[in-house]
Amino acid sequence: MGISRRQFLGFLGAAAGTTAVSVKKSEAAANKEFKGYPGSFGVLHDTTRCIGCRKCEQACNKVNELPLPKIPFDDLSVLNTKRRTQQDAYTVVNRFVENNEGQPVFVKSQCNHCLEPACASACFVKALRKVKTGAVIYDASLCVGCRYCMIACPFNIPAYEYNNPLTPRIMKCTMCHPRIEKGLIPGCVESCPKEALTFGPREKLLKTARQRIEKYPDKYIDYIYGESEMGGTSWLYLSGRPFKEIGMREDLGIQPAATFTSGPLATVPVIVGLWPVLLTGIYAISKRKEKISEEERIEAVSRSVAVAGEVMKAKLAALKDTMTKEKEAAINLEVRRALEEAAKKSESEQQAESAKDEPSDTSKEDK
Amino acid sequence: MSQETARVNESIFTPFNVISGIIIIAGLIVTVLRFTKGLGAVTNLDNNNPWGIWIGFDLLCGVALAAGGFVTSAACYIFGLKRYHSAVRPAILTAFLGYALVVLALHYDVGRPWRLPYPIFISQGTTSLLFEVALCVFLYLSVLFIEYSPAALEWLGLKKIRSMIVKLTLVLTIFGVILSTLHQSSLGALFMIAPSKLHPLWYSNYLMVYFFVSSIFAGLSMVIFEGTLAHRYFHHKMDETHLKESKDVAFGFGKAASFVMMGYVGIKLIGISIDNNWHYLTTGWGVWYLFELIGFVALPAFIYAIAVREKNLRLVQSASLISIIGVVLNRFNISLVAFNWQLPSAERYFPSWSEIVISLFVVTLGIVVYRFIVTRMPIFYEHPDYQHDN
Repeated sequence: MGISRRQFLGFLGAAAGTTAVSVKKSEAAANKEFKGYPGSFGVLHDTTRCIGCRKCEQACNKVNELPLPKIPFDDLSVLNTKRRTQQDAYTVVNRFVENNEGQPVFVKSQCNHCLEPACASACFVKALRKVKTGAVIYDASLCVGCRYCMIACPFNIPAYEYNNPLTPRIMKCTMCHPRIEKGLIPGCVESCPKEALTFGPREKLLKTARQRIEKYPDKYIDYIYGESEMGGTSWLYLSGRPFKEIGMREDLGIQPAATFTSGPLATVPVIVGLWPVLLTGIYAISKRKEKISEEERIEAVSRSVAVAGEVMKAKLAALKDTMTKEKEAAINLEVRRALEEAAKKSESEQQAESAKDEPSDTSKEDK
Repeated sequence: MSQETARVNESIFTPFNVISGIIIIAGLIVTVLRFTKGLGAVTNLDNNNPWGIWIGFDLLCGVALAAGGFVTSAACYIFGLKRYHSAVRPAILTAFLGYALVVLALHYDVGRPWRLPYPIFISQGTTSLLFEVALCVFLYLSVLFIEYSPAALEWLGLKKIRSMIVKLTLVLTIFGVILSTLHQSSLGALFMIAPSKLHPLWYSNYLMVYFFVSSIFAGLSMVIFEGTLAHRYFHHKMDETHLKESKDVAFGFGKAASFVMMGYVGIKLIGISIDNNWHYLTTGWGVWYLFELIGFVALPAFIYAIAVREKNLRLVQSASLISIIGVVLNRFNISLVAFNWQLPSAERYFPSWSEIVISLFVVTLGIVVYRFIVTRMPIFYEHPDYQHDN
């Protein structure tokens, strides 16, 4: 499992043109946990030590060759307003509420380099990937600029070059991945005068953090932020104040972002497999219904034709019957009439005989 | 025919031409700004709000409202409801134009539009739901193009290719339904990666089901609404079958939409119960949520039911408009209004004028092309040469 997961993350940024690695969608939902690449690095940020000097911001600006800001780094008035990471500032320090001793709390923010990054899981061209040093790095040569990584990031870290019309990039902390590969430590860590930042293997940093909490239980909240947030991050935080008071969300949960979308992704192949069967089935049923209703129609027509024939025959017979009867009746009537007429005639003849001299009668008969 | 010649003699400054002309010119100006000065110059997007109305309206609403294509062709060819046959071509045309414009609009929104084929051909990010959307939209646009092409081929008189494509109808329809199921639902699932940013009332494990089901009644309503407009402006282009069947289509689709919408309200309530989000309904967000669900889903579903029962065409048409607004409202809520709901109001997004201009520009282009096609190609009528082989 560990290996396949590692492969999955490793291949996230596989070179252009290689065949797609089909990811087992069920992995994320399985009862398994990825605790980061063994020996991968992280940074522990002890906010109780931070003095808000912005030296880390300055070092970051320098090693990443970002444009110099209008307000110089030694001007601490920028701390009066809350800031977030920007396309020209991979890291920013913010000042928060007073702590127990009446001192302000400073918190540095930058990419937390999640163990299972939301941005890498969201990227549809594998331009973002988690590498074995622990860094989440970005490849501008693949990026389309859709900004779905920015939607996905629970810490609102990635920034975008909105004013670059044709070749905008996603800009974010790289954990100084190029420096780490050269055996150097991140610029911000190197520049911190108060050792508020400690670079090292994440496992070791977790131990260090626990030791500090144990040693100074009054100084620290008994919690290491980043140990399990969103499945764990390579950056870890210690604080003397509740984390939500220093601008860090406590409601993110411990699930890696990939688990939120593994379900929907897993339904894709099922629909591809099932829908053709379902739809062809519906088609077949509707076709069959059509065929049956057509057959029934033909049958009904022929039946009604047959029935109509019978009825017609009966009707005809009845008609014939009545016609013959009528004919007979007519004949009888005629016969009767003829008889009556004959009777009348003989009667009138008798009358004529009895009154032969009346001429008017003779003229009537002529008509 | 006589009407067509009459139109030629008319001045080209008809209200339609003037308004669409102005929008197109404004759109072209913003287009130049977008590709010379960048997104920053024309949009109100920022690092906290990376997606605006070009995604919320042009992509999400565009795809949902173009669902009429797969719904109508499935009803006619798969479910065997042949009496809706005359509605298929207009619906396929609208869907094809809809998807083409969605892709056009994406060229404005993404940073390097010429890389849009990258997720398909260069580097496949298979863990992303956006990959799934990209692949399906690409494939479905191709399917819609083929499904639409017989109308163009009849117009061009290419009988052989046309008859070959017509034979593919069933396969294309099934393929279209599969692809639509996948990407309609995936558009909703896009937001599932950010439970910490989307308000719990709109965030749900069922987001993909909600998007798919709402796309069905969006498609049904769009066919009815579009039919209303088409009757007003292209009545003379319709043949006897189309005119005879169009009432049936409106009532049949209205009835179907009513059922589907009632079901949708049901599964929305199930979603609230499963996440036990009832207490949110008493907040301001809850009122807004109920406004969407009751005012723009339950109400039009009810109006549809009454209108179909009373055979009131006018009422069916009104219900279709309310339903369409409801789907747009839902997509806006998920991508813009309830997204980043925890940010202070000063950091929230509201579209700039240029963003609205581009959205209008894209819609206007669609209407102009639609008008060009329906006044020339056999969309509302059957071509006399092919009347008996459908």
